[in-house]
Amino acid sequence: METVCFIASGTGRSRRESPRMSPSVLRKDGFLSFQTSKYRLHYYETPSGLKFVMNTDLSVSNARETLQHIYSNLYVEYIVKNPVCVLGHNLDSELFSSRLDAFIRALPYYSPRAA
Amino acid sequence: MVIFSVYVVNKAGGLIYQYDNYVPRAEAEKTFSFPLDLVLKHHDEKVIVSFGQRDGIRVGHAVLSINGVDVMGKNTGEGKDILEYLRDANNYPVSIRFGRARLSSNEKLMLASMFHSLFAIGSQLSPDVGSSGIEMLETDVFKLHCFQTLTGIKFIVLADPRQSGIDTLLRKIYEIYSDFALKNPFYSLEMPIRCELFDQNLKGALEVAEKAGNFGAGS
Repeated sequence: METVCFIASGTGRSRRESPRMSPSVLRKDGFLSFQTSKYRLHYYETPSGLKFVMNTDLSVSNARETLQHIYSNLYVEYIVKNPVCVLGHNLDSELFSSRLDAFIRALPYYSPRAA
Repeated sequence: MVIFSVYVVNKAGGLIYQYDNYVPRAEAEKTFSFPLDLVLKHHDEKVIVSFGQRDGIRVGHAVLSINGVDVMGKNTGEGKDILEYLRDANNYPVSIRFGRARLSSNEKLMLASMFHSLFAIGSQLSPDVGSSGIEMLETDVFKLHCFQTLTGIKFIVLADPRQSGIDTLLRKIYEIYSDFALKNPFYSLEMPIRCELFDQNLKGALEVAEKAGNFGAGS
């Protein structure tokens, strides 16, 4: 299983259109994920507009908790609370990268891809 | 369990068929006195709530009618600008009906084309080679399923997240399309589908899918 993680901030409009097609106004979570025949893209947006995107294979059905954990326990701890990191620019924290890597490797659904 | 809507998109990304089946949207009619405690704004030729929430009226809801008369875009039934009308204390007390605005056909066209592009981007983003486009998109209130035929026609179904058997339903819609649209001598390819038999059979297939809870192979 391959996992690729993106973090984007700012306003991205196109994905937010999906709730407009929905029949009810109860927009708690909005767009969650999409899948193709080979992979699944998971999405989590914080109330501040920060977007977390993760690509996994089809066996992972719900990664919202994972992304939420990445935000509150990794991003907030190692980027937001880092006085050197400028929010909104490239995330340049070794500690963040290594902790994120360790966290992903420890996930129950992670398995190193056979080369 | 409900199937909310069906969209058919042609090779170029244009919407050629659309069918809405969803349950009536929540509406709220209330009598207000001056000053109005909701903040309204213009958005896309409609007047919507931008701030304020009470009694079933939420942010994003549109003004549907004033004093029983349906509004026309940004103006009241009589042609007066809604925001001007509501700023005048003499017009109160006023009864306004709010609700989630239905998508106009233009908006549906735009959304279908947008999905057509995102479908293609979905296959480009794949970490693995040879990926299809977006087959299923999930949100907290609905699931969007898409089936692309070998000729590039996309059948899109929006349904309840718990509804199963949509894959079979999509194949069935493809079958109905080839039987009642393609075999219709008056139907031109890639054009909007205006075939009565297609409508009828599609509605029938949707009813079977909803009743069964899942669309069995035996149907």
